[in-house]
Amino acid sequence: MEKISNFTGIAAPLKLSNVDTDQIIPAVFLKRITKTGFEDGLFANWRQKEDFVLNQEPYQNASVLITGSDFGTGSSREHAVWALKDYGFKAVFSSKFADIFLGNSGKQGLIAGVISEADTEKLWRLIDENPGVQVEVDLPSQEIRLGAEVVSFDIDEYTKLRLTEGLDDIGITLQNEAAIAAYEAKRESWKPKTLPAKGV
Amino acid sequence: MSNKPLTLAEKLWRDHLVVKGENGAPDLLYIDLHLIHEVTSPQAFDGLRLAGRDIRRKDLTIATEDHNTPTADIHLPIADATSRVQVQALRDNTAEYGVRIHSLGDKNQGIVHVVGPQLGLTMPGLTVVCGDSHTSTHGAFGALAMGIGTSEVEHVLATQTLPLQPFKTMAINVEGTLRPGVSAKDIILAVIAKISTGGGQGYVLEYRGSAIRALSMEGRMTICNMSIEAGARAGLIAPDQTTFDYLKGRPHAPEGADWDQALADWSDLVTDDGAVFDKEVFIDADTLDPFVTWGTNPGQGVSLMDSVPDPESFSDPSQRAAAQKALDYMDLKAGTKMKDIQVDTVFLGSCTNARIEDLRAAAEIIEGKTKAPNIRMMVVPGSAKVRLQAEAEGLDKIFKDFGADWRFAGCSMCLGMNPDQLAPGERAASTSNRNFEGRQGKGARTHLVSPMVAAATAIRGTLSAPADLEQ
Repeated sequence: MEKISNFTGIAAPLKLSNVDTDQIIPAVFLKRITKTGFEDGLFANWRQKEDFVLNQEPYQNASVLITGSDFGTGSSREHAVWALKDYGFKAVFSSKFADIFLGNSGKQGLIAGVISEADTEKLWRLIDENPGVQVEVDLPSQEIRLGAEVVSFDIDEYTKLRLTEGLDDIGITLQNEAAIAAYEAKRESWKPKTLPAKGV
Repeated sequence: MSNKPLTLAEKLWRDHLVVKGENGAPDLLYIDLHLIHEVTSPQAFDGLRLAGRDIRRKDLTIATEDHNTPTADIHLPIADATSRVQVQALRDNTAEYGVRIHSLGDKNQGIVHVVGPQLGLTMPGLTVVCGDSHTSTHGAFGALAMGIGTSEVEHVLATQTLPLQPFKTMAINVEGTLRPGVSAKDIILAVIAKISTGGGQGYVLEYRGSAIRALSMEGRMTICNMSIEAGARAGLIAPDQTTFDYLKGRPHAPEGADWDQALADWSDLVTDDGAVFDKEVFIDADTLDPFVTWGTNPGQGVSLMDSVPDPESFSDPSQRAAAQKALDYMDLKAGTKMKDIQVDTVFLGSCTNARIEDLRAAAEIIEGKTKAPNIRMMVVPGSAKVRLQAEAEGLDKIFKDFGADWRFAGCSMCLGMNPDQLAPGERAASTSNRNFEGRQGKGARTHLVSPMVAAATAIRGTLSAPADLEQ
């Protein structure tokens, strides 16, 4: 995975709470078997409305999303993260993320940083005062910088390490081969096996 | 081993620990059962192929087709080209890697969360994962079961383990006796309305109390299924005699000495006296009404006896804004009695409520009654086996005589991914799990209900409780 440290980009304000993954990408877009090309599905229903934030000129090229609480609830679809990334987003900030979305983001190199509700409101206000303003996202120092303003964000230490070092999860786990094999050797014999198939 | 009293969730975690994480690293847990379907797996298989990796434990992996599959004319090729390609990709991938699959037309095909339990693969004391958030369903057996993303699907295929940060624990205590016409679905809708869609975030929920103990396995699955709608990745119910009776004799249930050993091991799968939950919630079953949603997230629910709430009644500004947005989308006015809301479609199906008991409950109410003329009713069994069993019991005839559409198994109208969708602006009473904007089709409006409320609604044409039929 690509190493991530800091970047600068346009921040878009999505002033909604409880944005579920069906809104981030409706199910009809989940039929593809590739891992890319999901940008057209991002907020597909909302983008049909002219006044939706990503249809406003300065935000069409946004790479940072500042959103309300409970972002990414509902379906486990990792396509939500792929769609955000394919559109060009590199970081999403909210006061609260759904667990599965948070995990999926970490696997795909999308920064999902937790900021306070007060800081969410502050960033929305600053962006409204200066639409299209560039913000700097600094992962190592966990800071969002907008002009003279600095907002710090939370991210799980281990996820941060994996993102900054570009580590591959499966590769890390496979270093524990001996421990996995030892666990398997003492698994209970009553535990089910799918093969050979029964009840067919 | 220490003698500290543990919760059920903590015991399951302890029993599956392969490597304890250090310095903030997650724990590595072993996965006993991996369920796969066509939507969230193709990119995982691609990842394996790219890295030249094999599946570590094909014998702990099983696939079925459910999200994209049609529920009518299933002998024909899938009409939608992209759906057909995705289902074919699952067939090709499982053939290439030697994974067991139950395809459309097979008697074991169905919604992945119905198939696992009915084969006896889901059992107490397991870790169960699937690239689907409603994997929490399997927690009804006292298993630690959770939905995962596609990267994690690939991780489990390659390693049969998952790195996970420990969860907090929350007890949902439901004491008392449900009144007639009130069911497991009403309990979980009331729980979500109480703790909100984010209330369970970071927690494993354990449902406890006399009202939970009194539920069948089907009812327990309905409750655990919607744990994710409260933000929790997993929900649990301690196994008991009801669980063991359900399992005994199923195709993959342990036999002989293994069964005896399993029973002995499962007897420890309870929260110890004195164990402390990080949070506790209490629900009174005695006074619970049938519950329905009015908005566009599952936490926006009220008693069926209540009215559509006024957004101004919410003190939290973001909740107030969300309520107003929901009413606009749902085309509802504050103060309208829930029972005055007229619907177009009644959907009885989904991994929440499409097991045999759900079909029986609805059939009992509609038998000999007349469907409201404005209503289209679809009944979609959770699996091909459930359909066969319902037909053996004559339930299909009751539904067809009533004027309902009797379908083949699949996710169907729960999500707008297959041919079963609502038209823009159409309103449904649905036994599924999500009332999100556009979930059942673009512009569609969803009220989440129990199978009994669905049946009564199909008769009266407006959201109704079974008790309304007696007046």
